[in-house]
Amino acid sequence: MSATWLLPLPIVLPFATAVLAFLFRRGPEGRWISVFGSAVTLFLGVLLLIEVLSYGPQAAQMGEWPAPFGITLVADTLSAVMVVITGITGLAVAVYAVAEIDGDMEELGYHALFQVLIAGVSGAFLTGDLFNLYVWFEVMLISSFGLLVLGGKRVQLDAGIKYVTLNLVSTILFLSGIGLLYGTTGTLNLADLSRIAPTVDPGLMTVIAMMFMVGFGVKAAVFPLFFWLPASYHTPSFAVSAVFAGLLTKVGVYAMMRMFTLVFTQDIAFTHTILLWVACLTMVTGVLGAAAQTDFRRILSFHIISQIGYMVLGLALMTPLALMGGVFYLVHHIIVKANLFLVSGVANRIAGATELGHIGGLYKGAPLLAFLFLIPAFSLAGFPPLSGFWAKYVLVKASMDLQLWVVAFTALAVGLMTIYSMTKIWGQAFWKPHPGGTVPSLSTLRPGERMALLTPIGALALMTVLIGLFPEPFVLVAERAAGELLDPSAYIAAVLGEEEILQ
Amino acid sequence: MEVFVAIMVGALVTASVYLMLARNVLRFLFGLVLLSNAANLLIFSAGGLTPEAPPLIAPGADLPPAGVANALPQALVLTAIVIGFGLFAFALVLIYRGYQNLGTLDSDEMRLAEPREGEAADPLRSAEAR
Repeated sequence: MSATWLLPLPIVLPFATAVLAFLFRRGPEGRWISVFGSAVTLFLGVLLLIEVLSYGPQAAQMGEWPAPFGITLVADTLSAVMVVITGITGLAVAVYAVAEIDGDMEELGYHALFQVLIAGVSGAFLTGDLFNLYVWFEVMLISSFGLLVLGGKRVQLDAGIKYVTLNLVSTILFLSGIGLLYGTTGTLNLADLSRIAPTVDPGLMTVIAMMFMVGFGVKAAVFPLFFWLPASYHTPSFAVSAVFAGLLTKVGVYAMMRMFTLVFTQDIAFTHTILLWVACLTMVTGVLGAAAQTDFRRILSFHIISQIGYMVLGLALMTPLALMGGVFYLVHHIIVKANLFLVSGVANRIAGATELGHIGGLYKGAPLLAFLFLIPAFSLAGFPPLSGFWAKYVLVKASMDLQLWVVAFTALAVGLMTIYSMTKIWGQAFWKPHPGGTVPSLSTLRPGERMALLTPIGALALMTVLIGLFPEPFVLVAERAAGELLDPSAYIAAVLGEEEILQ
Repeated sequence: MEVFVAIMVGALVTASVYLMLARNVLRFLFGLVLLSNAANLLIFSAGGLTPEAPPLIAPGADLPPAGVANALPQALVLTAIVIGFGLFAFALVLIYRGYQNLGTLDSDEMRLAEPREGEAADPLRSAEAR
């Protein structure tokens, strides 16, 4: 209980950074404030993770209101890991933005919006209260709206309309679900809900669970609900699409994991079977959609959808091994996906486009970039010894343990299709000569810019390799997170206090 | 009272789904406003609607007497209304800007971000989009 002061900081600090960055938005100071703030946020996240790993789940009651009445912030292993990974992505993108975001966008408040987005994401990971989760979703949503249309290009407005409207529908469904859940159980505290839920009519709970599944499903971009994602993620600036690709859909997956392990566990045979179907169809449709695309970022966007399927699969199988795989996949995917979008930004910068037909020659002119692309791309497809291999291996193993051969086969086949898309990018953007006859080169960038663009890409690639070569500590943490999800008694005890449990 | 509100929520959702199925983005937005109001009413009714018992706590007691309306959903609704208002203001401005720049409100015609097959290859068009 020593870390209660630490819990709100990963939320408060990005907000403070946002205010400062907004005040200094007219000069070059704003971007460095954003980088510095992101670094401190990451540091605080790491402190929190150490605390959680040594002393178990931590909870803090905001405003000293005792647990089921006030708003509680909780960090179990999963939350703390997600806060750290948010910090890593935030820092990488903040450094990248130094070179990519121009003065005009800075003056419009890019860095402030970005930091508010990070605050919203951290808040969603840390909150232990359902209505508070809704508020963090909204914080995240409104700042992502701003970031998406910032710059006001026509294509961004088109994408923005689709993104905004479909996400609003999902938010309203989520809100209605909260209303119904409060009406039936009389509490909004997640730990308290987990205690009360088994006493409520299971049929009613399943209906409510479906509202949450659809609401979070839109956010997570699962099979029939993903259309907003490939319509919008390729339009904003590259730093923005990297942070969207890394973090936003994963908040939906996290919320699903939380609710469907902690609260909606009355009718697992029904809800998790639906999730299993959704997971398989998401994997397949995403990867097939990517096969049909010819734009660097649109291919990557469809791959986000396909990868979401793997994470939902981990939740749907609901065994310790599968959940461990799901958590591992979540972490691996955020790093890899954000990195691939950052690479596409550099490719656009030096080769002049993201449409694969219009670029080429990157292998000849920028072998370093080609190497840095290969690492996350192979990791995404699941090549050993990179992080994606272990993530896929665990999930396939988990489905084979349950003798779900079709599911295991689907997961493997989708991995193969992923390689197809990655080789398409490789062949078109890197191997083929540039159609304009030029050889794109990293030396066309100013040295400072080159540094800011390539450092985050290199760091994230290094992390992918490290997770791949030394997976054990990461697997152990994921295993612990999965254990806490399946047996939430420590989580509940941290929130409500020990004596409540005994009653 | 709850039954009446429940029927009203149902009617609002019906109307909003009808509006949201339209191709016109503005009608879609009006549908969203109705849907969000339906959700707000739903939360409001979740706390119980009883005009008979005022939520007053007797001296010395910790809890109000049984049967009073729960006041928390009303606070939640207030938050939801404020957030919803901000989001719809943003969405309305976005759609207006979209209309000015794209020249249409028909969602089928908004194909800049997702061009039809074959159109993407036209460099002039994609240059204009950028």
